[in-house]
Amino acid sequence: MTANVSTTNEKIDMNATAKAQQQVTNKPRNGADVLIQALHDQKVDIVFGYPGGAVLHVYDALYRNPIRHILTRHEQGAIHAAEGYARVLNKPGVVIATSGPGATNLVTGIADAMIDSIPLVIFTGQVATDVIGSDAFQEADIMGITTPITKHNYQVQDVNDIPRIVKEAFHIANSGRKGPVLIDFPKNISYSLFDEALAEASRDEELNLPGYQPNTKPNFLQIQKAIQAIGEAKRPLVLAGAGVLFADARQELTEFAEKYKLPVINTLLGLGTIHGQHELNYGMAGMHGAAVANDAIQKADLLINIGARFDDRLTGDTKLFAPNAAIIHIDIDPAEIGKNIPTDIPIVADAKEALKALLKKDFDGPDTTEWLNFLDEKKENTPYWYVEDEKEILPQQIIEMVHSITNGDAVVTTDVGQHQMWAAQYYKLNHDHQWVTSGGLGTMGFGFPAAIGAQFAKADKKVITFVGDAGFQMTLQELALLNEFKLPVKVVIINNGALGMVRQWQELFYDGRYSQSIMPVQPDFVKLAEAYGVKGYRINTIDEAQTILEEALNSDEPVVIDARVKQLENVYPMVPAGKSLDDIVGVKKF
Amino acid sequence: MTVLNQSGVLNRVTGLLMKRQFNIESITVGHTEQHNISKMTFVVHVADENKLEQLIKQLSKQIDVLKVNDITEKSIVLRELALVKVVSPAALRHEMNSIVEPFRPQIIDTSKNVVTYQVVGDPDKIDAFIELIRPYGIKGMTRTGVTASVRETQPTETPQLSILK
Repeated sequence: MTANVSTTNEKIDMNATAKAQQQVTNKPRNGADVLIQALHDQKVDIVFGYPGGAVLHVYDALYRNPIRHILTRHEQGAIHAAEGYARVLNKPGVVIATSGPGATNLVTGIADAMIDSIPLVIFTGQVATDVIGSDAFQEADIMGITTPITKHNYQVQDVNDIPRIVKEAFHIANSGRKGPVLIDFPKNISYSLFDEALAEASRDEELNLPGYQPNTKPNFLQIQKAIQAIGEAKRPLVLAGAGVLFADARQELTEFAEKYKLPVINTLLGLGTIHGQHELNYGMAGMHGAAVANDAIQKADLLINIGARFDDRLTGDTKLFAPNAAIIHIDIDPAEIGKNIPTDIPIVADAKEALKALLKKDFDGPDTTEWLNFLDEKKENTPYWYVEDEKEILPQQIIEMVHSITNGDAVVTTDVGQHQMWAAQYYKLNHDHQWVTSGGLGTMGFGFPAAIGAQFAKADKKVITFVGDAGFQMTLQELALLNEFKLPVKVVIINNGALGMVRQWQELFYDGRYSQSIMPVQPDFVKLAEAYGVKGYRINTIDEAQTILEEALNSDEPVVIDARVKQLENVYPMVPAGKSLDDIVGVKKF
Repeated sequence: MTVLNQSGVLNRVTGLLMKRQFNIESITVGHTEQHNISKMTFVVHVADENKLEQLIKQLSKQIDVLKVNDITEKSIVLRELALVKVVSPAALRHEMNSIVEPFRPQIIDTSKNVVTYQVVGDPDKIDAFIELIRPYGIKGMTRTGVTASVRETQPTETPQLSILK
């Protein structure tokens, strides 16, 4: 990015600001100082960002009143890192970028956070208010661009509004259905002087958002209805989504399932809501979900959806989804209820509050013995499978080994594609908030920077990122950070020299015409890692895999592992897009 | 729909309608009696109940939106204003004025050969007025789009006695 060149006018203004600062000390003075102070007030301990012309004052204020700032090598890296951070800590990640290209480089991450409900507060620089709309240098209409992909956005028009706006932004991002909030910050606002008389008052001001009152407590009558339905069900099934994680309700969910002997299945984003190897956990449902989980949906007579949004990758053909089931849908966002699947008992509430309400009532649960026996048998008979290859490593084997070496305790981030599905299938998670993946948007390039954010969030945890060779190349410039901050992230490249999922679809649905999905020329990932000062490993054969993985994963240093796997391996089982879950293929070995 | 009068709120709402593939038939916006609060009236054709419910929920979710009311089935007053510029030579003017008289239009501008009528009413009335005047030659026309007010007294639905069902 080109650095902005200050105009004469700005210089004069900067001088004025500097003089004003000499007169008063230890108090926020210009907009940028007030902004940084507002971040301190929100107890922000880390910011991911990239400076530029329009945010120079903000960075100057950051220099005076430091918050830990991570300079990524691209704005997209910053926002995905903030997403990873937010996902594992369940609190807002903070991002700063400059105007124009800085801001537009964030767009993919903002859309990703929006669709996966990840709390972010994003600051973008903007050209000065008197030139907005004049196609000024590094001007982009980021308000217009991000309105449909943010939960809310602001453009600061008055320096004195900053404390209120920042407070509102954090509240909106991290309450109700979480999501990204963007604050566009014109340059002249950053050097305008703040009215000190307002400082204390605005800090203590109560939030006033009459149009935003998310409902967290469940309706009593609806809970009664749910209890009755659960009591009468013969084949009840709990579908737990990411809403359970955002509400920190793993304990309640597990207790609820155990108390009434209810089988639990997960969405991709809901993995970790119950222990990966819990006896009542029947795995992930959906397009590449477990056969037992999908069959459970189709046979259930009561589906209790807690914090999932009935995404098309879960439901397949919505008309044929859960044909025998009455639907209870618990969601914090009323707009999700009835959006894709007609709902019999809607409950608008925070997942934790709803589960607590359900647990508070002691009622005669259903007798699920027969149902659980049926599911257990199905689970036993239809595990995930692969056919070992004499010559080549299978991607699933690598993930299984990583799982066993890390005992299922690592924080796992993934990129998007085949390796993501295999990671979801084979890395059985022990805990909540240890799974970071781009579900809704399916953003290639997400996994690696997200792992950086996760490692900053949890310095003492082992963080592993599974990436494909293609997705990794979209954001691998962030390797510089592993070395700079000695972040012991373990990058596991599931390298099949292809856009695996695209290639799989071309094999299955386009008669094997591999149009633009094979990457015959790849960089030497080991040397590439070394160029960034990171240790690189290559795994060529299954015999060396275990030894190399053990050494690499148990090291305290950052590592990049280039695992060369079979190119033509497919992800199974699979529900072809738009088909019913009953049309699942590849359940058994073939 | 009641909204906070923030910059960008109209953009937010129309963008949302566009994203969810709703076609806006007409839209009017204006201040209310309360400071900083505006009211928007939309006419949108919606395929089915589900889509309508989804639309209302999505609109309600916007931070700057205070309240969304579907008034399709309510007893309401609908008003629209049109300015219609018609060719009107002196010889025909008297005839024209008497023909449109039942619509109680106002003549707000005249020149030698052209008259501009202002007509207010529900959209059907405006349509009828336009059809009536069209043969004389419409030179230009603007319509404001419809705004609405819910009547104070709504017809009460007398619950049917179950015995009569």
